[in-house]
This record gives sequence, structure tokens and C-alpha cells, in this order.
Amino acid sequence: MALFYILLIFMVIAAIIAVETKDLLSAVICVGAIGFGGSLMFLLLRAPDIAMTQIVVEVLGLVILIRATISRDLTFISGDREFFGTVASVVILFLVFMAGMRICDTLPEFGEPVFAQRPEAASQAYIAKGLNDTGATNIVTSIYLDYRAYDTLGEATVLFTAVIGATAILRSRSRKRLEDPEL
Amino acid sequence: MAYALCFLLFMIGLYCAVVKKNMVKIVLGIVIMEYAVNLFLIMLGYVKGGVAPIIERSQYDGATKAIASEFLNASVDPLPQALVLTSIVISLGSLALMISICIRTYAKYGTFDITEIRRLRG
Repeated sequence: MALFYILLIFMVIAAIIAVETKDLLSAVICVGAIGFGGSLMFLLLRAPDIAMTQIVVEVLGLVILIRATISRDLTFISGDREFFGTVASVVILFLVFMAGMRICDTLPEFGEPVFAQRPEAASQAYIAKGLNDTGATNIVTSIYLDYRAYDTLGEATVLFTAVIGATAILRSRSRKRLEDPEL
Repeated sequence: MAYALCFLLFMIGLYCAVVKKNMVKIVLGIVIMEYAVNLFLIMLGYVKGGVAPIIERSQYDGATKAIASEFLNASVDPLPQALVLTSIVISLGSLALMISICIRTYAKYGTFDITEIRRLRG
């Protein structure tokens, strides 16, 4: 249990460094530290599938982020936005934080989730019937690829749409210019 | 306490996305928020002393198709895990899109500073 708190505090410290450091490359590396800390956290929370996905996505995301930050001359941008706007945002964020802390008190105790106390919860049905319904010993797989397969289809659609968007944005020359080099 | 630390992580990401004027810093803030939300959803389903939702061979009786009760009582919640799996993959796609917008803006304006990019106004 103490390991959870150590990892969470590590992630919070890495996030503070990522936000406050001046060098963009250091900030990107700190975000990578948060991601890998989160992956360890998922492993300790008994979610091995998420931990593996998180590591793969983390490596790819770091490559993308480093591609954006490396070999840019102007990676040192210091200072925040104008003073009044910053103060107003910080005050609003502080109020949101206090409100969220009040909500944290109403949540169930960590380690005693709501679904375990309710036999009619959907998760209980998945755990009890998942193997016999779908034939997958991993219940996460049976939900991901059988009970909620349309979710996965939508995820693939969103992913490919994002890839199409990124390709369209990054393409350096338009088709019109390729046909007519005078433009 | 664990939820509060997770919420603090979210608020740090939100602060980064709202206050900073470097485009890549804003993207990093959004990424930190994604991590915090994913972690929070998984933590909501954690059972103290629980096991991963994977049934072992010894816990399944093939003849009666019955699953051992020690798995039924100790398994963590599989539903948020399946949905967070979707969320993590989508966050990679949105990260690629945001970073490509940043690279394109840098190529056009020569800076990541959003206060310098005046012509972006509609």
C-alpha cells in the first residue's frame, strides 16, 4: 500500500518539474517519467493489460514529442501569460481544487470499490459469466473484444481519423502546387 | 488520500494547459491530465488484496463450468480496465495530431510562443 503513495508522489513531483522547467526536452523526459510511473502503478493495481499498453504508447508518444522539440532553436520560452489572466486562472484553479477535495471525501474508500458491494453491477456479471460466454480466460479481453466490441471499432475509427488528420497537416506541399510548380 | 494525489496530478496538468504560453507545454499539460484520469478510473476498481481479472486453470471446473469463488470475490473491476485501454490508444492519436499542429505552426511562424502568433486570430 505504501508503494502506491511513493509512486503517486513520484508522479506528482515529476509533473511539477515538467511544468516548471525551462528546457522543453527536460519537460518531455519528465512526462515520460510520469508515464512509466503510471505503468508501474497499473501493474500494482492488478491491471497488466493496461500496463503493457501504457509502456508501448509511452515509447511512441515520447518519440513523437521528441520529434517536435529536438533541433528547434527556440525551446527556451520563459514567463507566463499576462499577469492578471494568470492570477485569475490560478484563483479559479484553486477553487476547483478545493471543490474536488470535497468530492474526494464522498468517494468510497481506496481498495473497497462500489461494484464489490453490489451483486447487480455489470462488472460482477462480466466476472461471473465472461469465461463461459466468450471463452476468454482474460476478462478484460472478453469485454474489449466481445461485450463491447463496437467500442473497439469506434476506437480504431478515431485512431485512423487522427492519423489522417496528422498526415494532412504535416504534408508539406499541396497537390495544386505539385501540379503547377509556378505557384 | 490516493484519490486526492491523483486529483492533484490532474490539477497540475490543468494549470500547465491554462497558464503556460509555450504550445508544447500546453500539449504536455493535456497529456498529464490524460494520465491522471486513466489512473483514477483504474484506482476506482481496485480491490484490496485483489487479483488481476485473469482466470487460472485451477480456478475453473470444466465439467460444471463453475468458476472458483476465490476468483469471483477477489478479482478487480475489469470494466474500467477495458475502457481505459481504449482511452490510452486514443490519447496517442490525439497526441500525434496536437504535435503535428505544433510542428506546422513552428514551420510557419518560427516560434512556439502562442502570444507571438498573432495572425492565428480569426
